Amino acid sequence: MTQDIMKFRYTDGKPNLRRFHQARWDEPIIFELSQQGQRGVLLPEAESEIKEIVGDILSTIPETMRRKQLPALPEMSQAQVLRHYLRLSQENLGADLNVDIGQGTCTMKYNPKVNEQLARLPGIAEIHPLQDEDTVQGILEIMYQFEQMLKEISGMARFSFQSQAGSQAIYTCTAIMRAYHQVNGEADQRDEVITTIFSHPSNAACAKVAGYKVITLYPDEDGYPDFNALKEAVSERTAGLMITNPEDTGIYNPNITKFVKVVHDVGGLCFYDQANANGILGITRARDAGFDMCHFNLHKTFATPHGCGGPGGGAAGVSEELAKFLPVPVVGWDGKKYFLDHNRPDSIGKIRSFYGVAPVILKAYAWVMSLGADGLREVAEIAVLNNNYLLKKMLEIPGVSAPYAEGKPRKEQVRYSWQALYEETGVSSEDIGLRAADFGLHYWTSHHPFVVPEPNTLEPTESYTKAEIDEYVAVLRQIADEARTNPEFVKTAPHNSTVHRIVNHDPLDKPEQWAVTWRAYRRKLKQHEA
Amino acid sequence: MNKKQPVVYPYIPNSEPSIKQQMLDEIGVASIEALYEDIPEALRMKQKMDFPEPFLSEPDLVRHVEELLAKNATCKDHLNFQGAGCYQHFVPAVCDEINGRSEFLTAYAGEPYDDHGRFQALFEYSSMMGELLEMDVVNVPSYDGFQAAATSIRMACRLTGRNEALVCGAISPDKLSMITNYCLPDISIKKIAIDQVTGNVNFSALEKAISKRTAVVYFENPSYLGMISIDGTELTEIAHKHGAECVVGVDPISLGVIAPPVEYGADIVCGDIQSLGMHIQFGGGQAGFIATRDEEKYLMEYPSRLFGITPTSVPGEYGFGDVAYERTSFAIREQGKEWVGTASALWGITAGVYLALMGPQGLAEVGEIIMQRSHYAAIQLATIKGVESSTFDGPYFREFVVNFDDTGKTVAEINAALLAQGIFGGKDLSQEYPELGNCALYCVTELHRQADIDRMVAAVREIVQ
Repeated sequence: MTQDIMKFRYTDGKPNLRRFHQARWDEPIIFELSQQGQRGVLLPEAESEIKEIVGDILSTIPETMRRKQLPALPEMSQAQVLRHYLRLSQENLGADLNVDIGQGTCTMKYNPKVNEQLARLPGIAEIHPLQDEDTVQGILEIMYQFEQMLKEISGMARFSFQSQAGSQAIYTCTAIMRAYHQVNGEADQRDEVITTIFSHPSNAACAKVAGYKVITLYPDEDGYPDFNALKEAVSERTAGLMITNPEDTGIYNPNITKFVKVVHDVGGLCFYDQANANGILGITRARDAGFDMCHFNLHKTFATPHGCGGPGGGAAGVSEELAKFLPVPVVGWDGKKYFLDHNRPDSIGKIRSFYGVAPVILKAYAWVMSLGADGLREVAEIAVLNNNYLLKKMLEIPGVSAPYAEGKPRKEQVRYSWQALYEETGVSSEDIGLRAADFGLHYWTSHHPFVVPEPNTLEPTESYTKAEIDEYVAVLRQIADEARTNPEFVKTAPHNSTVHRIVNHDPLDKPEQWAVTWRAYRRKLKQHEA
Repeated sequence: MNKKQPVVYPYIPNSEPSIKQQMLDEIGVASIEALYEDIPEALRMKQKMDFPEPFLSEPDLVRHVEELLAKNATCKDHLNFQGAGCYQHFVPAVCDEINGRSEFLTAYAGEPYDDHGRFQALFEYSSMMGELLEMDVVNVPSYDGFQAAATSIRMACRLTGRNEALVCGAISPDKLSMITNYCLPDISIKKIAIDQVTGNVNFSALEKAISKRTAVVYFENPSYLGMISIDGTELTEIAHKHGAECVVGVDPISLGVIAPPVEYGADIVCGDIQSLGMHIQFGGGQAGFIATRDEEKYLMEYPSRLFGITPTSVPGEYGFGDVAYERTSFAIREQGKEWVGTASALWGITAGVYLALMGPQGLAEVGEIIMQRSHYAAIQLATIKGVESSTFDGPYFREFVVNFDDTGKTVAEINAALLAQGIFGGKDLSQEYPELGNCALYCVTELHRQADIDRMVAAVREIVQ
């Protein structure tokens, strides 16, 4: 008789929560696997004639500058290396395997596999950045055409893709701001940059590196950046404003043009951090709101993978007036061929080596070409639809709230607060995140400082099905229930993940204990034992 | 396909009309438009974006991108002798296998609990780099070698409380541009010229320039022009004598044969790891490292993530986490050290795989093979009348300067003629280093066979004679 397996997988017509367990290989540190004499790869020896002609080549290096002892790297056979890293990869959740809506502000959308295949073709993987322009027309065309697309999306006049990630693009724009005021003879006078607490920390940090004093605006009671505080902050010392919209709360600031005007009125520039652009593609544009500069993250909005933290891609866009300051080179088209334009005397110079992360630019281009204008707008609309659906479902869980702008729609993400649950049960947002790992889901609190108490920022993007969003909510609901019935269980999570909780943080914070490398760890262990 | 039907995009599952409607009903709004009601009319884009027609089907997209990429000539179908910061080395298959794994490729900012693997892999990367460098602290990779150098200089300035950096010897003008930009407005970058005979640091110029204001002496080994430093100890001593930090830039692939800079007195070591298992990718494979001794004052100046090893609540279980997180901009915004963000983690994992595959013997061998092959190429080029190669006295690693002054042909002319024969000649230095004359920087790695080198030399001989 055929047994009905399915009936045990559903309760009241809804799927039961996943009985997940992450891989736990208990994998040793790679040095422990070393066995003397093993080789992972072999290299082509120099031909005997070469050896004969050059002689004992190492003896040309002065004794003091020659390596005397071989580096103490592990010695492993090839399959052993592979197995070790495959196990580590299985002990990594990654975005492909989970409903990765728990990392709000980071737009964890689907990274199409076809684009990965394309980026590994020799036509991109095996081209050298210094090749003659005639031999790299394909990639230059991609860069040029992708720039036209970003111009259309933002209304800006020109873009540079030299930055490797969002923060570097933000820095590029602060450097352009500085160059602009320098040319106007106002660089010394204009030493302040204004940003908001719900803009990414890199806005503040990059401005500081560029030499600016940072003024941070906090939200008013409706969750918008405090306009009165901005009016008080601006002066002849203002170099510029660096702001996100919608901010990390997902609330769109409808008065954004007023903010821009106040800053322009005192002679400052306005930079729009568009890391959070996924909900407004084809809806509203940075330049139309008066901004002078903006940036996009290709690894967020434009669907290139995050690679455990890079390489990504940063696109810095500027108005016509500021275009001359962009990093060198930019890609041009002379009517016959594409070229790298190095002849830019007002440029801020180089931001990164060569021309940015070319395979990432290729993937972003391919992604836009797979969607077109209608598709991009669909991305934005569905990202916003998914988010407001998620908001509705989240607010049905007792103990969670979405501070500010109550009853109003949000754009691509929402910063929630578990404060009520925390007060009731002692279970914090961080605890919830650790327990979420037991269900194969990633969960993040928020950027510091926690202006919203016990925060959690969710961004469902356009990539997930309704059922997947429901699953995420069901898990959080389950954890909230557990917080009430068995708080200790949540506070000691994870239970089904690769590793267990770190209880003592001294080995990460105390100089005599911390160890960033295996050799440091071994040395400190020995010192401790002695 | 019926044009009237709305497109259901494969990457956008809820674009399917009935699901869309179901979700709108659940939210309680009539249309998606209602969710945008707070964006003022004046800011709304009225027109449809002006984009090329998309390739909605995957095969069409593939065809389109393949056609574009076919317009590129590659270093697989050409013989390449260009380096200058981006190097065509052997990439073991396992490196590509691992960095193509979904779990690593698509992960981002997971916690040590859900993304344990990336923490361990990056800790191991730092640990293997630590063995190569003989240093105890190595960061999770920063953007590239440029950034690593610029941040190392800023670290040294914070450590000494001084604001002058002496950048010595041959350095990429692009890198110098980036460093200068990054150190504005508070740090002055002074360039110390190269010695015209050795191609290395001009010692007397350095001695003249250094003072109590100097925060850092920076030099590279091997230098941008390929020269191996012969006086590392003297350089670090002069820095220390004046209370300055010494920062040395290296390519780690050279460290199987060249001494790690800590041995000749470096305080901070930095560089690019692209040589360790990354394809050239039109310059897309760059990633930076910074290494120091394990002293609190150094570690606390890193802007980067540093992953440390720690016990968990289960005995014998390795756990990992951020070391001294409170120094970062993630924790304290502009009060942190510079900034931290997405950089090059996947290339760090890949470099770890590379180092594990190569092992101690592999690193020693690759260094020697590169030196054998590059010196052979230089010797052969020097047999051509009118060609001087290498132009400097002393050993070099992988790259060397070739002077064509006496051939009556410019590097541009020679390279154009080489290209016609399927060869990418060395980088033209005549703009960057006009004082060297009509020169090119040739790069030879372990991948160049004798026949490849002979073919290039024969082509040059034919072109200039």
